Amino acid sequence: MYGKGILKGLSVTWKRFWDTYTDDISWMLKGKKRYNSVEGVAHRSSKNTKGIFTVQYPEEQLIVPEEFRFIPFLVYDEGAEGKKEIRCTSCGICAKVCPPQCIWIVRTNDPATGRPVPVPTDFHIDMDICMNCGFCAEYCPFDAIKMDHKFDIASYQRNVYGMDQLLKPAKYYAEIRPENYHREEEARKAKEAAKAAKAEAAPAA
Amino acid sequence: MATPLTMTVDLVARFPGKVTADRRPGYTGFSVNNENLVEVATAIRDEFGYDLLTAVTAVDYIAENKMEVVYHAYKTTGGAGLVFKVQAERVDPIEVPSLINLWAGVDFQEREAWDLYGIKFTGHPDLRRILMWEGYDGHPLRKDWKEPFFEEEAKPFKSRWPDGKFAFAENKNPFRDNLNFPKDFDPENFVVEKEEDLYLSLERDSLKDTAGNMKTDHIVVNMGPHHPSTHGVLRVAVQLDGETIIGLKPVMGYLHRNHDKIGERNTYLQIIPYTDRLDYFNSMSNNFGYVIAVEKLMKIQVAERAEYIRVIMAELSRIQNHLIFIGMLMNDLGAMYTPSLYAFEERELILDIFEAVSGARMMCNYFRFGGVVRDVPEFALKKIQDLVSDRLPAKTDEMERFLNENEILMARLKGIHVLNAEEAINYSVTGPVLRATGVPYDLRRADPYSVYDRFDFDVAVRHNGDMMDNYLIRFDEIRQSLRILEQALKQIPQGPINSQKPAYQVRVPAGEAYGRIESPKGELGYYLISNGKPNPYRYHVRPASFVNLQCVEKMCIGTKIADFVALVAMLDIVMGELDR
Repeated sequence: MYGKGILKGLSVTWKRFWDTYTDDISWMLKGKKRYNSVEGVAHRSSKNTKGIFTVQYPEEQLIVPEEFRFIPFLVYDEGAEGKKEIRCTSCGICAKVCPPQCIWIVRTNDPATGRPVPVPTDFHIDMDICMNCGFCAEYCPFDAIKMDHKFDIASYQRNVYGMDQLLKPAKYYAEIRPENYHREEEARKAKEAAKAAKAEAAPAA
Repeated sequence: MATPLTMTVDLVARFPGKVTADRRPGYTGFSVNNENLVEVATAIRDEFGYDLLTAVTAVDYIAENKMEVVYHAYKTTGGAGLVFKVQAERVDPIEVPSLINLWAGVDFQEREAWDLYGIKFTGHPDLRRILMWEGYDGHPLRKDWKEPFFEEEAKPFKSRWPDGKFAFAENKNPFRDNLNFPKDFDPENFVVEKEEDLYLSLERDSLKDTAGNMKTDHIVVNMGPHHPSTHGVLRVAVQLDGETIIGLKPVMGYLHRNHDKIGERNTYLQIIPYTDRLDYFNSMSNNFGYVIAVEKLMKIQVAERAEYIRVIMAELSRIQNHLIFIGMLMNDLGAMYTPSLYAFEERELILDIFEAVSGARMMCNYFRFGGVVRDVPEFALKKIQDLVSDRLPAKTDEMERFLNENEILMARLKGIHVLNAEEAINYSVTGPVLRATGVPYDLRRADPYSVYDRFDFDVAVRHNGDMMDNYLIRFDEIRQSLRILEQALKQIPQGPINSQKPAYQVRVPAGEAYGRIESPKGELGYYLISNGKPNPYRYHVRPASFVNLQCVEKMCIGTKIADFVALVAMLDIVMGELDR
C-alpha cells in the first residue's frame, strides 16, 4: 500500500543489477577475466551465476558441450600424401533415415565392370531443410557422417552443401568430440584386432 | 498393452446387437453402431462412469471403404480407459452423430475430424473448418489426398539414393507454389463466406446471453493473429458489449502444417524429431508420449536406467515449462519482461543440461524405442543434482516471494475466470487447469506410466478454479517435480540405456495403441495404427493445448476483455502444438 510495492519491486531489480556486477568486481580483484574467457563463460552459465548472465555474442560464444549438434559433415581420414580417404561408402542409410529427406547421394559405379564402388560420387545436403536431428550420425555404420559444432552459418544464399563443403578431416572431428572419437577409435581397433585374430586362426585351422 | 478395466465393462452384454467387441488383431475396445452411438455414449458416461472423453479422432480405412471415428473415454478417478469406435461408409456425405451434447469437449476435435477427414457430425452446431483455411480443397488426411510436392506415399523417397539428383522442391511444381486450389478457384473473386458463419455464431450466442438487458450495439473485435499477447498466431474473434465479452470464438490453424500427415509419410523413427516441434518448450515430454505409444505397439520393455533418465528429463522439462508459464503470465499481465527474464535464467540452466545430454537445447530428439539415445554424462548428473537440491528450490521460493504478495497480481487473478470441476471435465480439460478446479487427475498417478509408481509425490490440487489457483498450482507442481527428481536421482541404477539394438527401421506389429502422458500442459496423447509396414497407417496427436482451449468460450463470457489476455496465458497454450 502507498507505493510500498513499487519500492519493493525496485529493490529487487536493483539487487539483481548489483549482483550482475559484483561478480565482475570480485573477478577483477582476483585478476581474472570474466568476459572473453572460457572460464568466465563457464562461470556465467554455471549454477553459481548471479544476476543477469549474458554472453557477449559474437565476440564470445557459449561453450557448447561435446554432444551439441548442428548440421552434419562428412569425415575423411588423411592418407599418404594428403590423400583424402573418405569414410563414406555411399550405403545410403543416412539418406534413408533422414526425416526431412535432405540428403542426396550419388553412388559411384566402376566404369569397367559397372559394379558399385564404395565411395560417393556426389553428396548433397540441403542445410535449409536439415532439422539437426542427428539421425544420420547416429545410424551411420562407418562413422562417416557426424554432426558439427559450428552454428553460425547464416548466409544470403541457399545452403545446399556439396562434397567440398561437407568434407572435414578426422582431426577436426577428434577436436570437437574427443570422447566420442576415442570411443569409436577404440571400438574400431578392437574390431580390427578381432578380425586379424580370426584371419590368423583360420589358416591354422 | 491389455487394458484390464476395458474388459470388465461389458458393453456387448449391455447393448446386444448394438455394440460388438473390436476383434481385429491388435485392436481393443468396442464397435458401436452408427445409429446407437449417442445412446451407448450416454451409458458410458452415466452408467459406467467414464466422465472424461479425451481423444476423438478419425481413421480412413480406404481399402474397406470405411471411415472410423475413435473415442477414448477415461474416468477422472483413474484407471485404464474405454475405447469405442463408430464406422461409416466412406461415401460423401459421411455422417456420424455428434456427441457434443454429452461432452462439450468434443467440439474442436469433431471440427478437426470434419476438416481433415470430411466427416459430418450431425448435431454439431458449429461445424466449420478449424485448421485449414475456408477455401481449402479437400480433406487432407484422407488416404487418397496428396500434397503439392507429393513424391511418394512414404519415406524414404527413392530419389535420394543411389543416384540422388538434387532439386529444389519448388522447381518440381510448375506453379512454383505449394498451394492446392479447388478447380474453379479465382483468388480475385474469392469471398470467405464462412467468415460470416464465424460472426453469426458469435451473434447467436450473444443474443441468448443479453436477453432482457438494454439493447446496445455490439462490436466484434478480432484479436490476432498477430496480437502481441496471443502467444503466437492465435486469432480470437470477440464480440463485445462495451468492455464485456459476450461472445468469443478462437480461430486457429495459422501454424498448421498437418503434423499427422507428415507422420504418416514418415517411418516410426523419423517421427521422433517431428514430435519435438509440437510443443517446442517440452520436446522431452513430446518424445516421451510418442515412444510410449510405439512401445505399446511393439510390446517391448524399456531399459531400467533409461526409465529413470526419461523421468528426470520429463520432470526437468515440466519445471522449465512452468517457469516460462509464470514469466509469460506476468508478461501478459503487464509486468513486461522482468519476471519472464528471471524465469528464463533458470530455464537456461535446465536447457544446458538438455544440450549436454541430447545435443540440442529445445529440439532434443532424445528418446528412442526401448530407451534413450545416450547415457547422461557424469557432469550433467552432477549439475542436475546441484540444481535440484540447491538452486531451483531456492529460486522457486524467491519467485513466489517476489510475486505472490503483489497487489496488482492478486487483483488481476483472484476470482477471475472461474472454472468449476464439472465444466472442466465436460470440456475435456486436463493438466494443471483441471487440477486447479479441485479434480486430482494426474496421469502420473491416475494411470501410471514409466516408473512414476515408484516415487513418492503428491498430486498438486487447488480448489477455487480461478486464475490465482491456476497460477499457484504451477508452483506446487514445480515443488512436486523437484521431489520426484530428488528420488529419481537417488534411485537411478547403472546399466544399459536401451533394451533394443540400434536400428534405423523398427518392426511394429499391426494394431492400434494410444499412449498418453501427463505433459506439463495436460494430457498429451498419441494414437497410432500400424499395419505392419515401416510407416504408421494412422498417427494422431491429441495435444493438450488444443483441447484445453475449448473452455475459453465458457470461461470468458461476461468478463472483461482485458482479462482475456491473461486467460490465454493461463491456459498455457503453445501454437506449435495447438495448430500442429
